Amino acid sequence: MKILVAIKPVPNPDERVKIRKDGSGVVLDNIKMVINPFCEIAVEEALRIREKRGGEVVILTIGPKESEQQVRTALAMGADRAILVETTKELDSLGVAKLMAKAVEQEKPDFVIMGKQAVDDDNNQVGQILAAILSQPQATFGSKIEFSEDGKKANVTREVDGGLETIGVTLPAVITTDLRLNEPRYASLPGIMKAKKKEMKVIPADSLGVDASLKVRVLFLAPPKERAGGRKVADVAELVDKLKNEAKVL
Amino acid sequence: MADILVVVEHQEGAFRKTTLSTISAAKVLAGLIGGEVDALVLGQGVRSVADTVAAHGVRGVLLGEGEVFARYLAVSYAPVVAQLVNEKGYGAVLAPASTFGKDFMPRLSGLLDAPLASDIVGFAKEGNSLRVQRPMYAGNAVATVELVGSPLLFTVRQTAFDPAPKADAKAPVTPVSVTADPGGTTFVGREETRSERPELTDARVVVSAGRGIKSPENFKLVEQLADLFQAAIGASRAAVDAGWAPNDWQVGQTGKIVAPELYFALGISGAIQHLAGMKDSKVIVAINKDEEAPIFQVADYGLVADLFKAVPDLIAELKKLKSA
Ligand SMILES: Cc1cc2nc3c(=O)[nH]c(=O)nc-3n(C[C@@H](O)[C@H](O)[C@H](O)COP(=O)(O)OP(=O)(O)OC[C@H]3O[C@@H](n4cnc5c(N)ncnc54)[C@H](O)[C@@H]3O)c2cc1C
Ligand SMILES: Cc1cc2nc3c(=O)[nH]c(=O)nc-3n(C[C@H](O)[C@H](O)[C@H](O)COP(=O)(O)OP(=O)(O)OC[C@H]3O[C@@H](n4cnc5c(N)ncnc54)[C@H](O)[C@@H]3O)c2cc1C
Repeated sequence: MKILVAIKPVPNPDERVKIRKDGSGVVLDNIKMVINPFCEIAVEEALRIREKRGGEVVILTIGPKESEQQVRTALAMGADRAILVETTKELDSLGVAKLMAKAVEQEKPDFVIMGKQAVDDDNNQVGQILAAILSQPQATFGSKIEFSEDGKKANVTREVDGGLETIGVTLPAVITTDLRLNEPRYASLPGIMKAKKKEMKVIPADSLGVDASLKVRVLFLAPPKERAGGRKVADVAELVDKLKNEAKVL
Repeated sequence: MADILVVVEHQEGAFRKTTLSTISAAKVLAGLIGGEVDALVLGQGVRSVADTVAAHGVRGVLLGEGEVFARYLAVSYAPVVAQLVNEKGYGAVLAPASTFGKDFMPRLSGLLDAPLASDIVGFAKEGNSLRVQRPMYAGNAVATVELVGSPLLFTVRQTAFDPAPKADAKAPVTPVSVTADPGGTTFVGREETRSERPELTDARVVVSAGRGIKSPENFKLVEQLADLFQAAIGASRAAVDAGWAPNDWQVGQTGKIVAPELYFALGISGAIQHLAGMKDSKVIVAINKDEEAPIFQVADYGLVADLFKAVPDLIAELKKLKSA
């Protein structure tokens, strides 16, 4: 199977980002960029499917040249080759999905897999928009993927409110990943060495003839309301007393 | 002014309260940009859902019924909403930011080439233009965004808007003739997390446990505490990943967002991703044996203790209080 995996670099999610004074964005100096964790899960799933059924895993990212680093990490995990649609322009989810659609039309993979949400912008949109543009089925929030023997259909179990739901999709389709799909492997040292020689095609976004002008414009960022937390109680008796007489929630 | 459409969430005929906050958000929006609020119910045998919605202050309810809508599928929902937007000229469409709205609304955005703001928590107006607030970076930033194009699409964070109250008058329910072709998508099955408890996102009290609870058996302790409040039970990702709690109990950035009156975090360290899902709770109680745990920074009442000692004591104290 030919599998296209879309990945997005995000600031290390374990670090708390600071907002720039003028609200124009977040301070990214000294913060390590990593593959969005949900995209890492997508890479891992693609590799496992290839290990089982054969085929090719192609990484796709849309963004500046610096994204190459995270793409190399995905190649070091074991992906075969990569495509970087290069742009320094600001994009919204629609713009990203439209550019992706062009790459999908060129590559014609059996399916596209990507994260359900990027943990920086938290939009949870790109996969579904892409599926709409391509007129393909979508299966979001996947925690299990099983293929029919002939590889033409997939049953995807989805993490939804209220439990788990399974839908069947004929391929080609777009699948997005949830946390319980798998545990991604680390890139091995030989993997990292090999990755350096793997093909990475750079396509200038402007060459794709896509109108990706912004429809969702981020004007500024502000910090959320701070909580006045941090108070400790000595024991259970004090806790109950405070809940009853101070917070009045009992 | 163009009117506003709310897409109603239900689980095969069981109304979900997520819709009520979405109606409230739609009304705030109508107050700013004008227009009236309609609701759309798609399903099979869902007249009662339409009647419920009709009693909550919308202008009208569109009811589209058919075999093809008996099971929710994004591929059937999105084109129908797109068709109604085009026919009736709606200027905005809203749906809850649940796994329902998050699934089909971006697809709608793709079909209509229309801007979608996810998980919104507020609207404002500056001059003539609409401003929308939505959290980013696990709730560590609130972005103000502007949408260009039409219709405007939103998924609404349930905790940010009060549920729409019952209205005096009942809105008319109008059947609409719509159909869909799910093509290569089929519904295969559903495994419901059975629970007599209120939904996490609606509960007045939530009791959550994390890796510190150490085993699925120990969730009994969590249940006993929850029983005293008719509380919902939540979990950290670590507890869900370990298989001690079902996936839809996960509270956090990538799970459910809750804001109850009272939130208990038992054996939860307080990672950024967990805090994103609960830090708007009114009162937070944390019980953790590590006094350095970050959860204490957001807790109103932090108790440094072994939860296996503190929670049984707490249950006993609360029972005493109740019988007094
Ligand atoms: C300087 C700067 C300015 C920005 N300004 C705006 C703005 O004005 N308006 C706005 O809406 N956004 C803006 N963004 C963010 C924007 O580029 C988002 O990345 C885009 O909206 C997609 O949303 P998301 O990342 O939340 O995607 P989600 O829908 O949450 O992501 C889902 C999945 O889609 C895939 N994906 C997403 N983006 C990419 C990508 N680039 N390449 C490959 N795969 C991808 C990943 O697999 C991801 O897991 C800005 C970003 C930067 C760095
Ligand atoms: C992409 C991504 C998305 C994520 N999304 C979410 C999300 O939505 N929700 C979420 O919760 N997490 C999420 N996480 C995971 C998050 O980063 C943390 O790993 C997780 O929240 C930790 O869970 P925990 O607090 O239960 O476990 P730990 O961090 O291991 O903490 C356990 C705590 O229990 C305490 N403890 C142990 N024994 C006892 C005892 N006997 N008595 C009292 N206290 C005790 C310890 O002191 C410790 O503080 C996400 C992570 C990633 C990368």
